[in-house]
Amino acid sequence: MTQDLTYDLVVVGGGPAGVAGALTAALAGLRVTLLDSGARLGGQYFRHAAVPRREPGLDRFLRQVRELGARADVLTRHQVWNVSREPDGDVTVHAHTRDASGERPVTLRARRLLIATGAHDRPLPFPGWDLPGVLTAGGAQALLKGGNVLAGRRVVVSGTGPFLLPVATGLAGAGARVLGVYEAGGGLGLARHPLLALGKAAETAGYAAALVRHRVPYRPRHAVVAAHGEREVEAVTVARLDADWNVLTTSIVACDTVAVGYGFVPQIELGTQLGCDTRAEPDGSVVLAVDAAQRTSVPGVWAAGEPTGVAGWAQAEVEGRIAGRAVVADARPQAVRGSDGVLLRRRSRGRAFGAALHEAYPVRPGWQGWLRDDTLVCRCEEVPLARVREAQELGATDARSVKLLARPGMGWCQGRICGYAVSCLAGEPPAPPRRPIAQPVTLGALSEAAPPDAGSQDDPAH
Amino acid sequence: MTFHITVDGREIPVVPGQTVGAALHAAGVRSWRTTRFGGRPRGLFCGIGVCFDCLISVNGRPPERACLLEAEPGDEVTTA
Repeated sequence: MTQDLTYDLVVVGGGPAGVAGALTAALAGLRVTLLDSGARLGGQYFRHAAVPRREPGLDRFLRQVRELGARADVLTRHQVWNVSREPDGDVTVHAHTRDASGERPVTLRARRLLIATGAHDRPLPFPGWDLPGVLTAGGAQALLKGGNVLAGRRVVVSGTGPFLLPVATGLAGAGARVLGVYEAGGGLGLARHPLLALGKAAETAGYAAALVRHRVPYRPRHAVVAAHGEREVEAVTVARLDADWNVLTTSIVACDTVAVGYGFVPQIELGTQLGCDTRAEPDGSVVLAVDAAQRTSVPGVWAAGEPTGVAGWAQAEVEGRIAGRAVVADARPQAVRGSDGVLLRRRSRGRAFGAALHEAYPVRPGWQGWLRDDTLVCRCEEVPLARVREAQELGATDARSVKLLARPGMGWCQGRICGYAVSCLAGEPPAPPRRPIAQPVTLGALSEAAPPDAGSQDDPAH
Repeated sequence: MTFHITVDGREIPVVPGQTVGAALHAAGVRSWRTTRFGGRPRGLFCGIGVCFDCLISVNGRPPERACLLEAEPGDEVTTA
């Protein structure tokens, strides 16, 4: 389906950044459409069940969603797999959706694009991490928020970063027995948690109180370094770590579920498809470079939220509004009212928070010592560490050659899950993703989406 | 308010709006396919559509991500 309508703005991603950007533009009278892969808007933070539970901030977000729905075309369950820029500067967005009649392609054209695609968990491999019952921290959270389902009964939470705290308290509050929060970093304990130093004292105190109330032990400088079980996880090895995350001592904890996360991977492939400039964050993630108005290096393309640097939902919303105002200024300069001053100051504070997070929760190299020869590094292609090392002995000196020789990152997820680990194992910083097709798509949808003159345009992904 | 889907012929309850993956997980079914090479069991991992571990065939259709796919009354899924 190709629509004749050319939108003033197309927004990809319906979390706080995308909704704020789309609503800002729609309120100024622009013709806006927003696409999201989920059944309901919200992204990860405002993910909610069909009948939403009461959560701080969710009511306000859902009001924004209702306002947006009255003023813009909101397309849920739409997966965007490619964006390209036309010779006249317009952006073509290729998506697919599934309805009663089957999968069908959707092609949209717009003058401007806002990339608000969020981020996903960054896992690290360890022996047994592919056993059912081992989930990402975000996965456990998504089950709870999106479906009111407990990931398990006896749960261990492990990884690094402040996100472990809401995951653990959320699970405990919903009735799971949380056997421990094992924070690989932060040798200081919860009483001197880095969040405190970041001006989040009330939030930290709330989590701390909830952990105490549910008798959840919080153990800094500890991590799950192996999961054990036949068909599902039945126990984990928890290790006490030194400052570089080398194992000092271990113990076994019986459990049925593990929730792990070592930070986040911003989803930037739509930007790299268009040739947007990227930059490296201190924690090794690659993000889209944006200017003061959230504009990327490619004309007509804005980005907001985690794809420009992980700093949480409040920052994402601020960036979305700034981007929305900049889009309005670009389309209808006379429609812009007021100044961005307050928003810009809030964004500066948010950025400082994000930078401080990266400083406070670095991933240390000792995790590589948790792996055994037969530990899968890539879950999709089932590539064990031994094959990665073999590729390196054959002369693969960088992540790309390791991938070509041993195939980690060449399966269904396209390296989203193992990419960071493979880069670390290859001893280099992660490179920007090169994914001309951002979501798996059927050949039928591909051929239907191809315009008659396909192939005559420059493809910035190559 | 719940409806049912069947897993290998067994009925499990679904709260409207739940994904197939969430419904399976809630019913204690935590793996539903095996990997190509090692035959390892797989179910939900990332839970948000990124990892593709949770691929499942519903009503005979090609595999889809259980974590994204909302369950519909009467859906029939088979596990490997």
